[in-house]
Amino acid sequence: MAIEETFDAKESMTEGHSLTREPRINETAESTERFKVRIENVNGWYGSKRAIKDVNLNVREKTVTAFIGPSGCGKTTLLRCLNRMHEMTPGAHADGRVVVDGIDIYGKSIDPVVIRRRIGMVFQKPNPFPTMSIFDNVAAGLRLNGMRNKTIIREIVEESLKNAALWEEVKNELEKPGMSLSGGQQQRLCIARALAMQPEVLLMDEPTSSLDPIGSSKIEELVRTLKDSVTIIIVTHNMQQAARVSDFTAFMYLGDLIEYGSTNQIFMKPEKELTERYISGKFG
Amino acid sequence: MTSNSKNHRNISSLFVMRKKRGDRLFYGLVIGAAGYTLLMVALVAFSVTRGSIDIFSAEGIGFVFQSNWNAVEGRESFGAFPYIIGTLLSSAIAMAIGVPISLAIAIFISEIAPPRIGTPLSFITELLAAVPSIIYGLWALFVFRFWVRDLIEKPLYDVFHGSIPFFAKTPFGLDIFTAGIVLAIMIIPIISSICREVMRVVPDSQREAAYSLGATRWETVRMAVFPYVKSGLVGAAMLGLGRAVGETILVTMVIGNVIGPGAIPTSIFSQGQTLASLVANEFNEASSDLHLSALIALGAILLVLTMGINIVARLLVKKKIKVSSGAKSQ
Ligand SMILES: Nc1ncnc2c1ncn2[C@@H]1O[C@H](COP(=O)(O)OP(=O)(O)OP(=O)(O)O)[C@@H](O)[C@H]1O
Ligand SMILES: [Mg+2]
Repeated sequence: MAIEETFDAKESMTEGHSLTREPRINETAESTERFKVRIENVNGWYGSKRAIKDVNLNVREKTVTAFIGPSGCGKTTLLRCLNRMHEMTPGAHADGRVVVDGIDIYGKSIDPVVIRRRIGMVFQKPNPFPTMSIFDNVAAGLRLNGMRNKTIIREIVEESLKNAALWEEVKNELEKPGMSLSGGQQQRLCIARALAMQPEVLLMDEPTSSLDPIGSSKIEELVRTLKDSVTIIIVTHNMQQAARVSDFTAFMYLGDLIEYGSTNQIFMKPEKELTERYISGKFG
Repeated sequence: MTSNSKNHRNISSLFVMRKKRGDRLFYGLVIGAAGYTLLMVALVAFSVTRGSIDIFSAEGIGFVFQSNWNAVEGRESFGAFPYIIGTLLSSAIAMAIGVPISLAIAIFISEIAPPRIGTPLSFITELLAAVPSIIYGLWALFVFRFWVRDLIEKPLYDVFHGSIPFFAKTPFGLDIFTAGIVLAIMIIPIISSICREVMRVVPDSQREAAYSLGATRWETVRMAVFPYVKSGLVGAAMLGLGRAVGETILVTMVIGNVIGPGAIPTSIFSQGQTLASLVANEFNEASSDLHLSALIALGAILLVLTMGINIVARLLVKKKIKVSSGAKSQ
């Protein structure tokens, strides 16, 4: 597609960088599977406070992986380490390796700006740009990255809105401000905005927490559809939601990754007692 | 049960009393305060208009476009034109220099510097904003004007005076250009403090939205911060412009204080006079009622000028951010 050519020009991520070290963590019988994101010994800091501790986790391509755990356990922090958003918080930094498609995004020659173009993010509260129309919101990322071809922009905007299951509702009012939509529609607009960048990985931080049940179920449905083309990592407070949408689940507690496995296994027969107690609602 | 309902009655009557007293006092106060602003505007407008009646009946609307200024009894003739130009030109120079620098400072403090640098820096800017203009004036008169003359005006004059009439005036360091720069120095702390304050209103979620699309810091400022607070930034600039247009003592000290047709600037290195500085210079020695009326009329023009600038700025902002008007309904 033409858009890729435009991006390539700006992109230095895949050039001149080869994977020098073979992964050694979590590589067991599953090592033949394709891992899209490998999280290796990642620590996330706020000043001197270590909010996530030595997390190791492999995310499979085109699956939905859920991060669950009680409030404050570090789900958001871990998610934000995956597109280097974490370090934008004043005083925050991360160490360890996050390998996406064989490239350590914390590598020396890596520009975080380029990483964020490739790894989309949807936030807890819908945050469309208030001065932009619906159309411009979706086109924002494309224009930012130098796309000038109006036909292509229009095509991608339409496609992204369709993929975000919003097209039918807004196709006749694309010039209206993005903020004129309902909360759930705004969140889907933000998803469309992220999808327009054609990310291979989409990070979602409690995308339904500010929505009503109907809005939430629309987003959940969307997540299940999107995983055909995108690798999705979703943070959620809602265990039913994790069970409904995800293939794999990671349970975190006080900054530690306690248990990680297929969603079925985590919910049916968790290995750790802590996980079992959390799943069964004994704390959290 | 009985005691309960009794309690209930007592409490509710308390509420009623409180509401009556508290609310009335509160409403009275705020309506009074709002009324005060209206009253002041009316009073100022009234006094200034009444004071300028004499000169306008003597000179007609020509007062605004003439450039004579003669206070000698029997040969009195007054015109405000040179000082209007002087005011506009010195303020324009101040804005041209001050606004970009102020914005840059605000962006640096609010968007780029880590808190450990940004916090003390914004404190210092606020301190500077509180420095009385006479301090800037003294410094400009005794120190800064020589820098301007030797480092900027002379080189520019030497190079360009033949080709660009804009610079064609032997520089003294006491002129419209110096006044403009010192005005810029005066308004930079004010504008940048307000801009910084305004930019703080932008929620981090907006910045993160831009970052998540692969925006650099500067692109984030352009994409998420500026559009969000455009009207506030224009407001900040207008406040600075208001200060520059009306600034009196500082300008009086450095602008050269020329009177009459010679006060019409032929270049930015011309000595000049602003509306405010002329009023300050002559108010004490107003020789006749007509002279006094002319000075008050300068004030009237200044008032109209600032109001006009404000209205135009407001219209500009409204036009540009039409899309976001629907945004408030969220
Ligand atoms: N900006 C910050 N500055 C300092 N500490 C922070 C900051 N953000 C989070 N923390 C701390 O880091 C830890 C992990 O926070 P995080 O937001 O990742 O938790 P979470 O699992 O997403 O919680 P929730 O479910 O409530 O969203 C918490 O102890 C929190 O207090
Ligand atoms: Mg969180």
